[in-house]
Amino acid sequence: MKLELREITKRFGALVANDHINLVVQPGEIHALLGENGAGKSTLMNVLYGLYQADEGQILLDDVAQKFSGPGDAMASGIGMVHQHFMLIPVFTVAENVMLGHEETSFGGRLDLAAARAMVREISARFGFDVDPDALVEDLPVGVQQRVEIIKALSRDAKVLVFDEPTAVLTPQETDELIVIMRQLKEAGTSIVFITHKLREVREVADRITVIRLGKVVGEAEPTATNAELASLMVGRAVELTVDKAPAAPGPAALTVDGLSVVDPRGQIVVNNVSFEVRAGEILAIAGVQGNGQTELTEALLGLQERVTGRIELDGKPLTGLSVRRVLDAGVGFVPEDRTEDGLVATFTISENLMLDRSIGEPFVKAGTLQLATLAEFAEQKVTEFDVRAQGITTPVGRLSGGNQQKVVLARELSRDLRLFVAAQPTRGLDVGSIEFVHTRIVQTRDAGTPVIVVSTELDEVVALADRIAVMYRGEIVGIVPGNTPRDILGLMMAGEHHPEAQVSA
Amino acid sequence: MSTVTQHNHPDTPENAAGTADVIALERAEIRSWKAPVAFAIFTVIGILLFIVIGRDGISTFRLSTGSDVIQLPTIPFPARATGVVIVILLAAITAWSFTLSRAAKATPLWAIAVFGFLFVVGFLVWASAGSTLPVAGLLIGTLGISVPLIFGALGGVISERVGVVNVAIEGQLLAGAFVSAVVASITQMPLLGLLAAMVAGMLVSFVLAAFSIRYLVDQVIVGVVLNVLVTGLTGFLFSQVLSANPTLLNSPPRLERINIPVLSEIPVLGPVLFRQTIIVYVMYFTIAAVYIGLFHTRWGLRLRSVGEHPQAADTVGINVTGTRFWNVSLAGAIAGFGGAYLTLGAVGAFNKEMTAGAGFIALAAVIFGRWDPIRATLAALLFGFATNLQNVLSIIGSPVPSEFMLMLPYIVTIVAVAGLVGRVRGPAAAGKPYIKS
Repeated sequence: MKLELREITKRFGALVANDHINLVVQPGEIHALLGENGAGKSTLMNVLYGLYQADEGQILLDDVAQKFSGPGDAMASGIGMVHQHFMLIPVFTVAENVMLGHEETSFGGRLDLAAARAMVREISARFGFDVDPDALVEDLPVGVQQRVEIIKALSRDAKVLVFDEPTAVLTPQETDELIVIMRQLKEAGTSIVFITHKLREVREVADRITVIRLGKVVGEAEPTATNAELASLMVGRAVELTVDKAPAAPGPAALTVDGLSVVDPRGQIVVNNVSFEVRAGEILAIAGVQGNGQTELTEALLGLQERVTGRIELDGKPLTGLSVRRVLDAGVGFVPEDRTEDGLVATFTISENLMLDRSIGEPFVKAGTLQLATLAEFAEQKVTEFDVRAQGITTPVGRLSGGNQQKVVLARELSRDLRLFVAAQPTRGLDVGSIEFVHTRIVQTRDAGTPVIVVSTELDEVVALADRIAVMYRGEIVGIVPGNTPRDILGLMMAGEHHPEAQVSA
Repeated sequence: MSTVTQHNHPDTPENAAGTADVIALERAEIRSWKAPVAFAIFTVIGILLFIVIGRDGISTFRLSTGSDVIQLPTIPFPARATGVVIVILLAAITAWSFTLSRAAKATPLWAIAVFGFLFVVGFLVWASAGSTLPVAGLLIGTLGISVPLIFGALGGVISERVGVVNVAIEGQLLAGAFVSAVVASITQMPLLGLLAAMVAGMLVSFVLAAFSIRYLVDQVIVGVVLNVLVTGLTGFLFSQVLSANPTLLNSPPRLERINIPVLSEIPVLGPVLFRQTIIVYVMYFTIAAVYIGLFHTRWGLRLRSVGEHPQAADTVGINVTGTRFWNVSLAGAIAGFGGAYLTLGAVGAFNKEMTAGAGFIALAAVIFGRWDPIRATLAALLFGFATNLQNVLSIIGSPVPSEFMLMLPYIVTIVAVAGLVGRVRGPAAAGKPYIKS
């Protein structure tokens, strides 16, 4: 089926998310939609899927104009979508999720689960998936959940399939498998729109590439284009794809973690007997696919996890069992992975957020009273130093862009005297300019002699920053390898394979 | 609470290709001492109550009512001896539960049920020493008190499963009670009163639905305000209008009890379950219908999907707002119907604030029953039993101060919801408005 978007415009208040976008996807073509976070890719696809109504423009399928008032209409016309955040109900089984919205019923209006199971099995067999129709979705790994999403779309005879950032949650190996699946679907005649900001995948799988920046189509490219060409199209200027850093000059071990285990409230061992050390003046990157225990590990370091066993020592002093307050006082700086949830209070001003973790005692509080003049002076200085683009220090941080929000978090954490710096997913969802800034500051912190832990699920970021890399899989550290370890080895380790090099340098 | 880690499967076969092998993390075994400690506390209470300050005399349990065809003999319990036997059994279960916990195993639910049953029997024997306890009457009264609770809880289950927290059950019950009394009284047709009760409950729900779904007002606040509104409104109308002309406006004909042939002659259960008004028979049907509907029909699947993940439901073409609106209304109709039992089934007239917190107990039953219609029904029956126990014991003259007995249903509610339920997972999107950007 041929899909055409003509002059699609979507505004949110003053913001123009899509500005007269034109896009043609030929039948049986994999068409990549490339753009930075916030470029308007997802908005465009939500318009296509009927979740948003376009302010202007037309959607045509096989040259016939369509009118979608909701996702139901879009699906009926043969458009399916594999959402970035899976649209699956965790407490339902696979079969229930697949049948939802077009349920078949048997005698007396009872759900015909047998038919749904058969459909799941049939589609699974066609593409070589191994999906149990009766498994609860919440028990499945993300890679399998994504297949359930694909099955769901195919069970409605989707002729155009939209993949919205499908590789964000996958291991490199799962990504390769997804690419095979996409090729299979293409062979079967399905048109595919592949939304991503990862250049390598695009060049591997796409037949054609359309690049979007700030809501506008800025160019088309062939899959033969180089990474640098695509990146500069995407960002609008030449981009430095590597981080400029001198070799590390590591000092003595500053942080020692020994036999650390964390048990979550459901009784699962989410961090399992993890041991590593970080030396002063080096960056240890913790790589791994989302959900393999990295979050719990960093939270355990901060004293945010309840059931922790094992030993954590910073400069010879134990951190285990201390309250968060005392961990911070011991000189630990922390950038949480979800800055809007854990890093900032959205309705507070920039200056208030800058003193969040220093609300006890001087310099900002004297005799229980806020020292507003001191705070304002400090905030002005930090806003300049960290290049936070805002109207003023009294702007609520909720109104800032993701990049500027993250700069506020960094400014707060890096303005204390640090003995250890932990940054979890420091550049998630940021634009390229902010990513460069954050990376530079992290390297500067390292060069100042602070031990640094960076947790990231992006292999690019890990490779760019790390002096050493610890790979986590199912709560365990599979191995600790040098920063220059090839990507394919890292990829295998992220899927749980042990690597001989790991033992050598651990 | 202590944790023990154990390597259950050190050698899980790795699948390098990362195909669909289900990643199961190892589990740490968590020793929970909640059950044995609670058992121990109740055993100590048992020792104090049944033995230390035990009472002498014979407690007689009468299982049959006067009108039964099959008359069962009465069972005499010597109070102190029974108390000793029961305390020994309680202590045995407690000890067993401690050994289970030490081995990091959970105490099974049936053990908790047996323990509870034994304790209740022991308490009844102790409290009724020297007199006769009408067991059948106790159970009949339990069901009577439970009827509005069960309807309220079913309404609550539907409403919360679709994603709207229904604090207004109290208001829906009260509106149903009031309107059914007035309508049945004027028309002299109780069935019309039942219908009117459903409409009244539905109207209360409409307001809840409109404010919380359309205007995104906090659902708990709307619910609380609605309760206050309905209480005030019915109270005002009762004292100003109904009291002025009670024969016309507030003397509805009571519904007849219908004896189901054969079934109503089953010993003990027959009089309790099958000599009831039409409302109770409708209740049996409603419990089954809600259960089957929720878990085995298209309606239920869609309803639950909206309450769990409204955006996912939206992306497969389900109208989230509409589903919520109509099901919240349905929930109101069910609760309103239950309210009619208070006037047409039990008392025979409307009284000011006659629900007396039943709506909130029903809400507790929803949570205690983990948003499941059957479990919520059982929870409502438990609360009904506690309430009726207090009535019966004060009639036969038990040694417990009546002020303390009045607290019993609420203590049971608090212990049940706070202690036994602990961490439960309700519908994920309950209480959260769905805002489509």
